[in-house]
Amino acid sequence: MAKTELEPTTKPAKVKIRRGQLDDGGTPSLHGTIIKIILLGLVDAAALFAFMSLISQSNFGIAALLAGVTLLMNFVYLKRGLLPGKYLMPGLIFMAIFQVYVVGFSGYIAFTNFGGGHMSSKEDSITAIQQSSAFPVEGATVYPLTVVENAENKPFYLITINDDPEHLKVLVGGKDVPLAEVTGATIEEGKAVEAPGYTEMKFKEFADRQDEILPMRVFLNDGSGLFYKTPNGEDATQYQDKVIFNATEDSVLRVEDQVLFTDRGHGAYESADGEMILPGWRAEVGFDNFVKAVTNERIREPLLMVTLWTFAFALLTVFFTFAMGLGLAMLFNDERIRGRKIYRIAMVLPYAFPAFLSALIWQSMFNRKEGFINQVILGGMDISWLSDPTLAKVAVLLVNFWLGFPYMFLIATGALQSIPAELTESAKIDGASAWQQFRYVKLPLLLVSVSPLLIGSFAFNFNNFTLIYLVTGGGPKVVEADMNVGHTDILITLVYKIAFNTGSGANYGLASAFSILIFLVVGTISYIGFRRTRTLEDVN
Amino acid sequence: MELSTKQQEKQAAKAVRQLSTIKHMGLGKWMSQIGWRHVVGIVVVIYALFPIVYIISGSVNPGGTLTSGNRLFPGFTFDNYIALFTDPYRPFADWFKNTLYVSTVASLGSVFLSSLAAYAFSRMRFIGRRVGLLSLILFQMFPQILALVAIFGLLVEIGKVFPAIGNGTHIGLILVYLGGALGGNTYLMYGFFNTIPKELDEAAKIDGATHTQIFFGMILRLTAPILAVIFLLSFIGLSSDFILASILLEKPEDKTLAVGLYGYIADKMNQEWTIFAAGAVLASLPIVGLFLYLQKYIVSGLTGGAVKG
Repeated sequence: MAKTELEPTTKPAKVKIRRGQLDDGGTPSLHGTIIKIILLGLVDAAALFAFMSLISQSNFGIAALLAGVTLLMNFVYLKRGLLPGKYLMPGLIFMAIFQVYVVGFSGYIAFTNFGGGHMSSKEDSITAIQQSSAFPVEGATVYPLTVVENAENKPFYLITINDDPEHLKVLVGGKDVPLAEVTGATIEEGKAVEAPGYTEMKFKEFADRQDEILPMRVFLNDGSGLFYKTPNGEDATQYQDKVIFNATEDSVLRVEDQVLFTDRGHGAYESADGEMILPGWRAEVGFDNFVKAVTNERIREPLLMVTLWTFAFALLTVFFTFAMGLGLAMLFNDERIRGRKIYRIAMVLPYAFPAFLSALIWQSMFNRKEGFINQVILGGMDISWLSDPTLAKVAVLLVNFWLGFPYMFLIATGALQSIPAELTESAKIDGASAWQQFRYVKLPLLLVSVSPLLIGSFAFNFNNFTLIYLVTGGGPKVVEADMNVGHTDILITLVYKIAFNTGSGANYGLASAFSILIFLVVGTISYIGFRRTRTLEDVN
Repeated sequence: MELSTKQQEKQAAKAVRQLSTIKHMGLGKWMSQIGWRHVVGIVVVIYALFPIVYIISGSVNPGGTLTSGNRLFPGFTFDNYIALFTDPYRPFADWFKNTLYVSTVASLGSVFLSSLAAYAFSRMRFIGRRVGLLSLILFQMFPQILALVAIFGLLVEIGKVFPAIGNGTHIGLILVYLGGALGGNTYLMYGFFNTIPKELDEAAKIDGATHTQIFFGMILRLTAPILAVIFLLSFIGLSSDFILASILLEKPEDKTLAVGLYGYIADKMNQEWTIFAAGAVLASLPIVGLFLYLQKYIVSGLTGGAVKG
């Protein structure tokens, strides 16, 4: 206090410098400027290269974005001032590409039906429907076929109708060219191989063009809708369609029962009573996914349960690991203890061991029959750790304490040692008890430096996918639930299950809607938390 | 010089204190003040170490399972370690190299990027500062697993323009890791940078230092212990990343340890736990080594004690 009051008088009047002048970053040194120019040049060169290749791939949107970012970057680094921008830019660029974009993408996906059965475009879907629609007419004869080409290199089918071996009938037809009889064909071993205007296609060319030739449908000339297809280029038989696609009306007709399927905006051709022809396509479905997540009771209840457990899991983990870490740190923050170094190393080993390996090892130790915990530590007990809902939660927490306490021990040790000894000593002189010294001097100081770490730890555990996925896989399954959800599932593993579910089909759309909801909830809570604890306030 | 003599004195004093404690105190008092700490310490050490002892025991177990006869160390063999290095389809040595390379580069980059940002947040006042800091933390909370689809697609696109940094490359993976750098560490460093008195900056500015000189020459040096710790923390985190690495790296020789080792036990019908255990022991060595090497910094300087006093 006294010092600050003295300052104005002790400061020589000469060194009176305006604030603005101080904060514009000072006069840049020569070699600093050179380094800056070189680095900027390299980045610009890379950006220019990328820009050119994007243009050559007609990827104009991304090219424009790239150009914009590069220009902004040059502006920030070449203009004097704008200091915060200079320091934030590099990290922000990476963050924008790999995190903000990704969150935005998920935000978009949440409004679509993207997932199994709805992966690609409408055109792809129509092609797939048409291809899988053809099936051979029952009892139809198989006729010899030769793949020929006309003068324009277009492929045609040359089919030999050999019902009467004495009088062979030769038909030729191609894509959009219905079959017609042809005369004067060259016959070899009962099979027409060439006809006037059509030459046999070389095998090598056939092999090269088979993606074009094999899906070809050559229709009969009688309007029956029957067509010839070949599985191998050697013979052909009559096929018919299960469904008929009508491009002008944008509809699909099922031949069997004459049901009409139309595009009703759900990313698939859909009948009046909601039946869909899959594969469909990716379509924007508005708030459907959100509505489903919030209103469907069979989804909402497990979601609520999982949300509660996620918070409990993350909070319990942070609280207990920190309590344990702090306790141990205080225990060993006494120079009179011998072998502190050895204790410290031993206690920190769990943290140094790759977490993902530890999770797997613990999972094997919790095994009911052969697991180390039942067999050795509990002397041959038969406890089904991972299949009982409560015990599975206990097991997951035990593992996470083991993984987490060394970290807390480390940071608490560091934080304790940075508290000036004078403070505790003066508290001692003032007659504070050991508890009072801790409660009113050490803990508040500790929390200042440690609370960002605690919040970080909370966020990490909130999304601690590796642990849950590898130790319990979210299990044991909740029997009553409609969806694949387990008692130890946290939100992120639940989302993962929905997104990549192999059972009932992947549903990225619903999963993204879930993550957006989660994100909103966690974001709001953290925001309020930050306002409350004022950890964002300056320390002084 | 001054510092080191100070430290020597401190150490000497500590040794004397330790030697004389029991004599001065008497056993009862020693037990109530210090002895019980050893008891707690030993219990915790057992809790901390038994899974590790278990895995070491498994790694030298001749059988295929981790515990045979439910004893630790039922046998002793190096076969599992030899198997790790002799399987041409599972190039363990390559995995090891890849992990060191990817984690080291990504952690260094991450420390650098986030220290730049933390410097801006700690020392400069600008519009959107608070919102920016908050959004860094919020973005970190987005469930990243879901981002896999987007990240994969993104790297495929990048690979079309720059094949060297697209999907399936280590640099691509490093870039993705760097994307998470700001969210993960900036806030942490921001807290530490705040503990360095601003008067030091002011003094340097008056002496004519530029902002880069203040940052590289002063802030980074003063916070070196913290930077080391954060480097270690990101190294630990990245070297055990499983999901991203498993999706983005394709060729067997490109894999990292986490992805490669999982292969030994992924097949539920044919789990090779003992080889996995041997791999796990080796995989933990660099981190343990790094940890021991950086120990001094970790315990002494974590909360920026460097400038106090």
